[in-house]
Amino acid sequence: MNAVFYILAALTLAGGLATVLLKQLVHCALAVTVAFAGLALLFLQLDAQFAGFAQILVYIGAVAILIVFAILLTRGSELPKDGVFSKTWFLGLVIAAAVFAVLGWAVLASVSAVPQQNAVPSVTVRDIGIALVGRYVLPLEIVALLLTAATIGAVIVAMHEKERPR
Amino acid sequence: MIATPEATNPFFVNLDQIFVFLSNWLVGFLPAVLRPVAGVVLGVVAIVCVFPGLFALTTVFERKGLGRIQNRIGPNRVGPYGLFQPVADGIKSLTKEDIVPLRANAVVHFLAPLVLVVTVFMGFAVLPMGRNMVLVDMDAGLLFFFAMGAATELSVFMAGWSSRNKYSLLGAMRAVAQMISYEVVLLLSSVAVVMITGSLSLPKIVAAQNQYTGVFPHWYIFTPWGLAGFLMYAIAATAETNRSPFDLPEGESELVAGYHTEYSGFKFALFFLGEYLAMFSISGLGTTLFLGGWSAPFSFLVWVPSWFWFFGKVMLSIFVFIWMRGTLPRLRQDQLMNFAWKFVLPFTLLNLLVTALWRFMGEGWARWMVCTVILVAAYVVMGRVEMRSEHFGRRSYRYAE
Amino acid sequence: MLGDGILKGMAETARNFFGSFVSDERLTTVEYPEQRIPTVEAARVFPFLVYDGANWEAGMRCVACQICEKECPPKCIYIEKSADKKPDFVGKQQFYPTRFDIDVSVCMSCQICVEVCPFEAIKMDTQFELATEDRFGGLLYDRKELSRSNEYYHSIHPTEAGEVDARLAEEKAKVEARAKAAAEAAAAKAAAAANPTQLAGGGS
Repeated sequence: MNAVFYILAALTLAGGLATVLLKQLVHCALAVTVAFAGLALLFLQLDAQFAGFAQILVYIGAVAILIVFAILLTRGSELPKDGVFSKTWFLGLVIAAAVFAVLGWAVLASVSAVPQQNAVPSVTVRDIGIALVGRYVLPLEIVALLLTAATIGAVIVAMHEKERPR
Repeated sequence: MIATPEATNPFFVNLDQIFVFLSNWLVGFLPAVLRPVAGVVLGVVAIVCVFPGLFALTTVFERKGLGRIQNRIGPNRVGPYGLFQPVADGIKSLTKEDIVPLRANAVVHFLAPLVLVVTVFMGFAVLPMGRNMVLVDMDAGLLFFFAMGAATELSVFMAGWSSRNKYSLLGAMRAVAQMISYEVVLLLSSVAVVMITGSLSLPKIVAAQNQYTGVFPHWYIFTPWGLAGFLMYAIAATAETNRSPFDLPEGESELVAGYHTEYSGFKFALFFLGEYLAMFSISGLGTTLFLGGWSAPFSFLVWVPSWFWFFGKVMLSIFVFIWMRGTLPRLRQDQLMNFAWKFVLPFTLLNLLVTALWRFMGEGWARWMVCTVILVAAYVVMGRVEMRSEHFGRRSYRYAE
Repeated sequence: MLGDGILKGMAETARNFFGSFVSDERLTTVEYPEQRIPTVEAARVFPFLVYDGANWEAGMRCVACQICEKECPPKCIYIEKSADKKPDFVGKQQFYPTRFDIDVSVCMSCQICVEVCPFEAIKMDTQFELATEDRFGGLLYDRKELSRSNEYYHSIHPTEAGEVDARLAEEKAKVEARAKAAAEAAAAKAAAAANPTQLAGGGS
């Protein structure tokens, strides 16, 4: 159990590090996919099937592809001549450290960080479904509305793009 | 369910469960600690052996079938009736030189076919191939299947990008765009089944369809929403597996071979294998969702082993795939996208609404009437409207006429 | 309605599929090494040299005029003219090729050599199974490999060969008639020289 966790954690971390450290942009995108996959496997290891599969479906199936498309459509996959490191790397480092500190503080301060002795609650897909359309129906609807608005916005942007050359 | 005397005959019951017994018997030789693991390993080995075998048979039957469709004979040189053709092809691809382009990204280039074949194989884990014959009975089996399907897209992109070939990249972009577009439809048409069954578990979906009224089964394809969903699923599945008429990603007249242009030898064979395995797994899922999985088509045929029905239905779908390939010309890119987003997707969304209606109208003939009328009317109207629009219907040539 | 074209097409291919098992007329495939269709008379592949009689060297019609060598568009013919002469089919003394090579890997089967040959010596073959393991020497045919008898020519292009033979026979007859006339004239001259008075009498 623990060994599996450490292997998966190492995989996820390696993926994340590779994402930051690799020079070739597409390599970074593929590395972040590895990190996503590691995260999904961690979910699965915690018996959270739905979250794990949704992670693969959404992050690997959609987000990674989106990143890759964005890279390919916006720039060549060649390395930029003036290096890949930003000049404001120090500022970035500070921001990253601050974000990490906040996240770490939040995780450590939360109740669930304390190891619990009672049995793991078994959450089935059915429970998630009922919770989504029962207790959390308002957030779900808001998200749906937001996504619809985003889709319509995307369509409008695409339509303008099309009419200009005429 | 068990209606005929044959069904209770111990011989047929044993025949039905023969693979389960075989697996249990083999695993029985091991100490009790290893048995669960060994059972899974045995299942994996069975899947890894059976489906490539089917793939080999399918390639030769596809070539022969296409030949017959075009009034040709087809391969008939290697072995009786050319049946050993896949053996010759396999030896050829194994002995061919493995070429990696000089400027290719070697690691990604190497990984792409592996990722493809592994993720495609994973999909078989949740397919119930017979009574009690499912490798992993997952609560969220359907979701697992689609998660694995989504991961194959990445391998296609990896192959296309790492080859450093413009045809490969173009093919990969086309393939990924097409797969994303049709994956939405694939998911939504399956959701209809989930709405009725109330479960993402594939064995439960089959069990829900394994009932009979008179001699006729309760397959979902025999309901209005099921038929519509199945049609949309079939279209999306054809596009998802890059089969003709949706085989633009490898349109040889414009892209050489698409994303696997730069692959040769065994890596190419892996791509080929992955493509066919994807076809099997997606046919298997379609069978499970709409065609009653391993259940018999008539109640008096229940005595026939369940795995026979599953593989029979899968091979029938494969035959339809081949038949369509022999019939339909390739679509244009804009036709493909317009078809997905302007016809198939709206129709699938409507089908979801109809399915909900079906669910809440209760038993009776009224829901049959209402659902059929809505779907047929929508099909006719949408078909008329779309065929009239210039993006979708007949192309008017400005200069050629 | 949307989709009826697909159904129509599927019905058509299904008809082809099952029809190909039922009627043999649908299957147009000729399974080549076992089954062959006879080559049509006008078929042409690569040139060959025609000879008359039994001995290819003696009967060779080619007189090494080198017109074909000059006319050949891809320049696949190479000819070396002999120093001595041998009699041709009418008995006239002609040169002959000591070397006549055609590189069939270069030849484009245009038949121009046949068109320009004034001696009906080079013709097109119908033999197409020429695969060889040696792609340089094996495809460079010398004059012996190029020689085919007139009977062979008749067997592959009967109509054309008949016309050619008739033409040659006519030419030969003409030459012989001329020779005969010349001989008669010469004989008459000789006789006249021997007996001038008789010639005057005979000539009147």
